[in-house]
Amino acid sequence: MKTSKVFVKKTKRGTILKIVREHYLRTDLTCGSYFCKKCFHAPKDLILDEVPEILSSTYNFHHYLLLDTNIILDQMDILETKVLSNIILLQTVLEEVRNRSSSIYKRTLDLVGNKNKYYTFVNEHHRETHVESKDCESSNDRNDRAIRRAVEWYNEHLTTPGGVSLKVILLTDDRNNRDLAIAQGLIALSMKDYVQTLEKHPFLLDKLSHKSYDADADGKLRAPLFPAHLSAEQVHIGIKNGKLLQGVFYASRDNFLEGTVNVDGMDKSVLLQGHEGLNRAVDGDHVAVEMLPETQWSAPSEVVMQDEGGDPGDVNPDEEQVLESAVNGKERTPTGKVVAIIRRNWRQYCGVIQLGFYQGAINHIFVPAERKIPKIRIETRQADVLANQRIIVAIDSWSRYSRYPKGHFVRALGEIGDKDTENEVLLLEHDIPHTKFSDAVLACLPKMPWAITKEDEDCRVDLRNVCICSVDPPGCTDIDDALHCFQLPNGNYEVGVHIADVSHFIRPGTALDKEASRRGTTVYLTDKRLDMVPELLSSNLCSLRGQEERLSFSCIWELTPDAQILSTRFHKSIICSKKAMTYEEAQLIIDDSSQNDDLALGLRGLNNLAKKLKKQRTDNGALVLASPEVRFHVDSETHEPLEVVVKKLRDTNSMVEEFMLLANISVATRILAEFPECAILRRHPTPPISNFEPLMRSLKTQGFDLDVTTGKGFSDSLDKAVKPENPFFNNMVRILATRCMLQAVYFCSGMIQPDEYKHYGLAVPIYTHFTSPIRRYADIMVHRLLAVCIGADHMSPEMLDKNFSNQVCKNLNYRNRMAQYAGRASVALHTHLFFRNKIQDEQGYILYVRKNALLILIPKYGLEGTVYVAPKKGEVLPVTFVYDEEQQTQTCGSVVFNPFDPVKVQLSLDQSDRQREKLVFKLVEPVIPGFSVPSVELPTEEPMEVEIVSEKARPAAPPAKRTKKGKR
Amino acid sequence: MAGLQLLSEYGLRVDGRRPNELRQIRCKMGVFSQPDGSAYLEQGNTKVLAAVYGPHEVRLNRSKTHHDRAYINCQFSMAVFSTSERKRRPRGDRKSQEMDMNLNQIFESAIRTELYPRSRIDIYLEVLQADGSNFSACVNAATLALIDAGIPLKDYVCSCTSTLAPSQGGAPPTPMVDVNHVEETLGGPGLSMSTLPRLDSVVHLELSGTRLHLSHIDPVAEKAATGAADIMAVLDKAVRGHVAQCLHAREVSGQGADA
Repeated sequence: MKTSKVFVKKTKRGTILKIVREHYLRTDLTCGSYFCKKCFHAPKDLILDEVPEILSSTYNFHHYLLLDTNIILDQMDILETKVLSNIILLQTVLEEVRNRSSSIYKRTLDLVGNKNKYYTFVNEHHRETHVESKDCESSNDRNDRAIRRAVEWYNEHLTTPGGVSLKVILLTDDRNNRDLAIAQGLIALSMKDYVQTLEKHPFLLDKLSHKSYDADADGKLRAPLFPAHLSAEQVHIGIKNGKLLQGVFYASRDNFLEGTVNVDGMDKSVLLQGHEGLNRAVDGDHVAVEMLPETQWSAPSEVVMQDEGGDPGDVNPDEEQVLESAVNGKERTPTGKVVAIIRRNWRQYCGVIQLGFYQGAINHIFVPAERKIPKIRIETRQADVLANQRIIVAIDSWSRYSRYPKGHFVRALGEIGDKDTENEVLLLEHDIPHTKFSDAVLACLPKMPWAITKEDEDCRVDLRNVCICSVDPPGCTDIDDALHCFQLPNGNYEVGVHIADVSHFIRPGTALDKEASRRGTTVYLTDKRLDMVPELLSSNLCSLRGQEERLSFSCIWELTPDAQILSTRFHKSIICSKKAMTYEEAQLIIDDSSQNDDLALGLRGLNNLAKKLKKQRTDNGALVLASPEVRFHVDSETHEPLEVVVKKLRDTNSMVEEFMLLANISVATRILAEFPECAILRRHPTPPISNFEPLMRSLKTQGFDLDVTTGKGFSDSLDKAVKPENPFFNNMVRILATRCMLQAVYFCSGMIQPDEYKHYGLAVPIYTHFTSPIRRYADIMVHRLLAVCIGADHMSPEMLDKNFSNQVCKNLNYRNRMAQYAGRASVALHTHLFFRNKIQDEQGYILYVRKNALLILIPKYGLEGTVYVAPKKGEVLPVTFVYDEEQQTQTCGSVVFNPFDPVKVQLSLDQSDRQREKLVFKLVEPVIPGFSVPSVELPTEEPMEVEIVSEKARPAAPPAKRTKKGKR
Repeated sequence: MAGLQLLSEYGLRVDGRRPNELRQIRCKMGVFSQPDGSAYLEQGNTKVLAAVYGPHEVRLNRSKTHHDRAYINCQFSMAVFSTSERKRRPRGDRKSQEMDMNLNQIFESAIRTELYPRSRIDIYLEVLQADGSNFSACVNAATLALIDAGIPLKDYVCSCTSTLAPSQGGAPPTPMVDVNHVEETLGGPGLSMSTLPRLDSVVHLELSGTRLHLSHIDPVAEKAATGAADIMAVLDKAVRGHVAQCLHAREVSGQGADA
């Protein structure tokens, strides 16, 4: 059953090596078809129908399809419709796909796994279909030959001695391969030709990818719009000898003709400007950049620019504005141009269709929701239907002759403006898993009714008679922490933090665990909560509800009255929370001196200790930062926002926070001591000073100095930045300071140096997340590690694998970031809906002063917007603004706009284009005749169709608490 | 080639074997006339020569003589051309010395040394081509050479390696037998086990590579033991074939002498 075959391979690793590998050819591999009576099929390998369904009108005989690599890479969207079935995938093809694109490879495997009648034929190890590579033959040519050989073999194999046969059709978009196959007497077609014959499924044509494999087949005579990209080899040489740099391209959000490339090993990112500079790079692509000579260096433009208007045809737009500002720029930064794309990072994009010029046209422009992505040309025959819909489109190619990339329609999400659709867009754009939990996951849940068993009692400390309580925001259903505190006979305090024991329910390696690890975090949207774990756990079994017995993981300290830790211990326990309180209730109990029961005394003890802990922390240089992450509090009757939620925190908020921080720090110390190589920690890198430069500059104009050299100095100088006449000033400074920070991230301790473990914002040497296992996966991992430390649980193999942990951490960081963005986007979406048919004046503050605009923040909605002060093209403004770059001001007559100045702006929704409504900011105060608009009365109670879910129906979204934890 | 996996989705290893399949083993006994016993063994592309001298009188190092049993001396070496990059030292480096020690221990427990007090047995091993599981191939080759030399063994000493392919799609991780060089470099744990299959006893067990979780040791070790048993069948057949051939040759030559 084994025949051995040795083949020789040459690889380059400094020197040329001759590598000899064995390659066994087998006779036990089957063809996977019910039609075949020759192979000894294992039941699980029988996939292809005996009589496959005929879909094609032209090829109306029974056949299987065999796909070439390019079909899988480009036409995945058609395959995923699952219209085509009885498909043979070759090992050669799968391996090529894997080397080219891991995401497509994963999608392919999903198709196979779903048993859509996709059979994987291991042709490379089959004795009949293995193809030896010839001298001077490229691996691509050899693979094509292997594919053709497999088709040939299938055709022979599926012919019975009686002459009855099943045909196999080769689908390939590579003309060369197709021609060779036809010459061999095989049936070979392009995807387009095949799909065109499927009369029952005309819409598959829309999903056809238009990547052209025949280089420059367009054969256009016109001059190309973009410079050609260098070949892979040129790039390789260029990078090797240092002429080219490589990095990831980030498009600018404000200006579609600008972007930056972060190059490894360079402190400053490389600036790219203009169409030729960007040269068809799309946000996220891995690109090769050539630096321009220093004389041509430029500065980031101060202009806010968006690609407006329709399809101007394949012409380059006016780049005057960008370049002009570049010349004026005083401080030049390294500038370069893209010379090649090393790897595309295209994904699918949500957006809307901008209809073509005439009825019935099939070429349309697609406008992505993400501003960083260019518009995309697509071909569709159902434009009328899609015009009012949010749709998903994928990019196929971007030729030198086309101003926009070419793409194809993937699927429609639903009506524009419909809240479900908009939410779906939001979730897709932020890559948030939002499907229902699968049956496999739900099967891992404990059976109800659930009760604490004898075994649980035996191995846990019984704390049911301790006076434990929880303090959370109102309406919170996923309570993951509870506290207790009492004075010991020796005058010290015993304080306990009890965290829901989620790791008891989620065992490593189960489907539930995998799903939670994939989701990484619970995502809170304004009107929705997307749970990380199924509701039974998140809102019931793990939630430490009042008066119910629950399993918990406790961290218990003995503290002196000065809040010094004397001892720390951890154990699993059973608790019964006496009361689940809101922050307000807890505050009332603390303040009400007539109450002197255990609960009140405990709370007061906690509160006093927390204040001391906080003092210690701020003395160490912990930062108090602000961010305008506002929760939409909407009255159920009037649809008015009730309050600004960047509010003064109650003592109790900070009380809970302090003890959570303490628990996290204690746990971090413990798990790091036990697992120096594979502890899951959280770090917050010290931001480079250059991050603070813009803020320092604008503060200097206001007469404040910012000391950013140490955390402590920074924290103090933030405290000093107070302006009596502008009470919000300090807050603004903190908001901007927050934006200078780097993201805090999870990491595995074995992967970086111990001196980098530091958490800058909290000013502690190590930190982790332990206190919210219901909504964060990192906490579950930490729970497991801690459980092993104290001998309460056994080790699972993955926990010790630092590379694996690191991968998980990477995913968690990504999910966290995305969840944060999605939360913000959700607020923005609701603000949008709120302002429909409404014009309102609001107090705002100037965030930045730009050359042609003022960027305004409205703290009440956490909303940012632009007031354009320079005339747009073809527009004449009666007043002129003078921009002073040095002082960061705009002056108009006697009115001077400084950063941080309060202004009053009018908000309204521009509904002229129904597909793309946008909020417009207009200046009200200070009054500039001819520019500012008159103030409006607050709108009267007219019926409005505002689709904001009322306060009551809003699921528990603990605002202040999340802001705090989200940031750290 | 990027992204090689120990075990692919369709259940085949890099070289096309299934997890429980050994590489092709080819062997020949009595390849040299000078030594008392010799053998050549190929396990896939791993090729090993073994030569046995003895039992003979201890001449040098008389202090090592045991009054009640034979003294066994093994020497492991790898030809400079055996790996893809040339080796500097064929023998005597730290790794080879460790191999020597391991081999000594293995054969001290497998050879009936009590039959040869105050004498010495030398086993020389040379790896001609290294393609994974070198140590195991050496043990197997040495066994054949010892048999060729007519030295009494308690049983065949059979050695086999195994590793563990990470789990895929929720299935438990798969143990795999007889690890080749590519698989060794792909990471994963490496377990090498030498057994006396018919006595059901393990004479040597070594674990290397990435750490292996306690709960996985049993299936991996079991796999190696099954592999060793399979190898024994192959060696046994080879020995019987060789003996039959020798008998035949003697008969032919005997007849010739008679005539």
